[in-house]
Amino acid sequence: MRKIELPLKEDDILSLKVGEWVELSGPCYSARDSAHKRIFEALEKGERLPINLKGSTIYYMGPTPTPPGRVIGSCGPTTSKRMDPFTPRFLSFGVKGFIGKGKRGKEVREAIEKFKGIYFVTIGGAGAYLSEKIKDMKLVAYEDLGPEAIYYLELYRFPVMVAIDSYGEDFFNK
Amino acid sequence: MRIIEGEEIYKLVKKLIEDANFDLPLSILNALKRAKEEEENPNAKIVLDILIKNAEIAKEKRIPICQDCGMVIIFLEKGEEVCIKGPLEEYLKKAVREAYLENFLRSSVVKDPLLRENTNDNTPPIIHWEIMPGDKIKISVMIKGFGSENASTVKMLNPTLEKEEIVREVINHVKEYGPNACPPLIIGLGIGGTMEKAIYLSKKAIFRDLYERNKKPHLRELEEEILDKVNSLNIGPGGLGGKTTALDVRIEDYPTHIAGLPLAINLQCCAIRFKEIEI
Ligand code: SF4
Repeated sequence: MRKIELPLKEDDILSLKVGEWVELSGPCYSARDSAHKRIFEALEKGERLPINLKGSTIYYMGPTPTPPGRVIGSCGPTTSKRMDPFTPRFLSFGVKGFIGKGKRGKEVREAIEKFKGIYFVTIGGAGAYLSEKIKDMKLVAYEDLGPEAIYYLELYRFPVMVAIDSYGEDFFNK
Repeated sequence: MRIIEGEEIYKLVKKLIEDANFDLPLSILNALKRAKEEEENPNAKIVLDILIKNAEIAKEKRIPICQDCGMVIIFLEKGEEVCIKGPLEEYLKKAVREAYLENFLRSSVVKDPLLRENTNDNTPPIIHWEIMPGDKIKISVMIKGFGSENASTVKMLNPTLEKEEIVREVINHVKEYGPNACPPLIIGLGIGGTMEKAIYLSKKAIFRDLYERNKKPHLRELEEEILDKVNSLNIGPGGLGGKTTALDVRIEDYPTHIAGLPLAINLQCCAIRFKEIEI
């Protein structure tokens, strides 16, 4: 598998094609339903955000509590579709990559093509395996949301497949 | 009358919940290994390989099989000649609470479906009772994540439907909802009874042994036909293509009303977490 560094570089994004498997290494943020809602509300109100969206990659994931001596608990992807209403706006604010599972709506596909972003899928039900592919984790914001809080994650050779590439080609809609 | 202390049930249920979260049933692990050998699709091979490793890591390092540690469903089949000293519901809640907090399992239950405040200990569980003859108790625990729960449904079909139309209902459903339900799936179908009975049967079907067919020949045939058709949809492991969309299809049936044909479709994801014990 080809290795790709995060944050994503424009050249890498443009060279990645739908269906290709790669290993991602580097920083990203976790965010799922409630965190999306809060970021969105902050954007609407023009408030300062707890993370810098520009150039970032977001992983749709809410981990199990971290057991002693481990970096993170079980941490597989959640269904991406529920985040669809927020995604085009996130892209317009500079988010480049998304990691989740399952197909996305047409608006997301079009926005990914327009803003030259990329959508990766990883494997649902593989949370224990994926916990070994994360080298660091820190709480960043919204602690009260528990597993739905935003975490900084340092991926290391984290396996994903390109599901929507920057040309708008969609694995699930061929 | 045999008497069982609620305390004993609590200990057993707690252990069943823990085992289920860390230990994929061996028959399922073997089925994944076999599927990996038989798959030709490269994506399917990658996904199955990772799911096999996932089960091994989960067991060895005690990391939950999936981060969605689900809602706990407890099926209690109680013999008529045995009595449990309660308060049983409290004991069952205690089993869930302790199993989740002590083992770093994710609490995913909210108190109120609209206000959505987390109970922070994954209680309450869903409890189902059944009465059976004898003086034994059978306890079955299922951990159900909501990626696949949300992909399940019940349909109240027209009683004059042909068999082929029932097959089509199931196939269309799997086509639409299967890819997001973390395949390889086990498909539990409840046919007949009333609406809730059909759903109950579709859930209980998941406990059946792998590849054990329904005793009625026409239902056995239906199971085989649906399994074949589902596996030619090219959904595959992780929804990324291949012929292992489902490991098994099980139908449970019950007498029904002249005017009805309830059909419940329960999609069980690849994080198959159940354990049972009879005492
Ligand atoms: S559907 Fe199953 S395997 Fe997928 S995330 Fe939910 S519990 Fe885990």
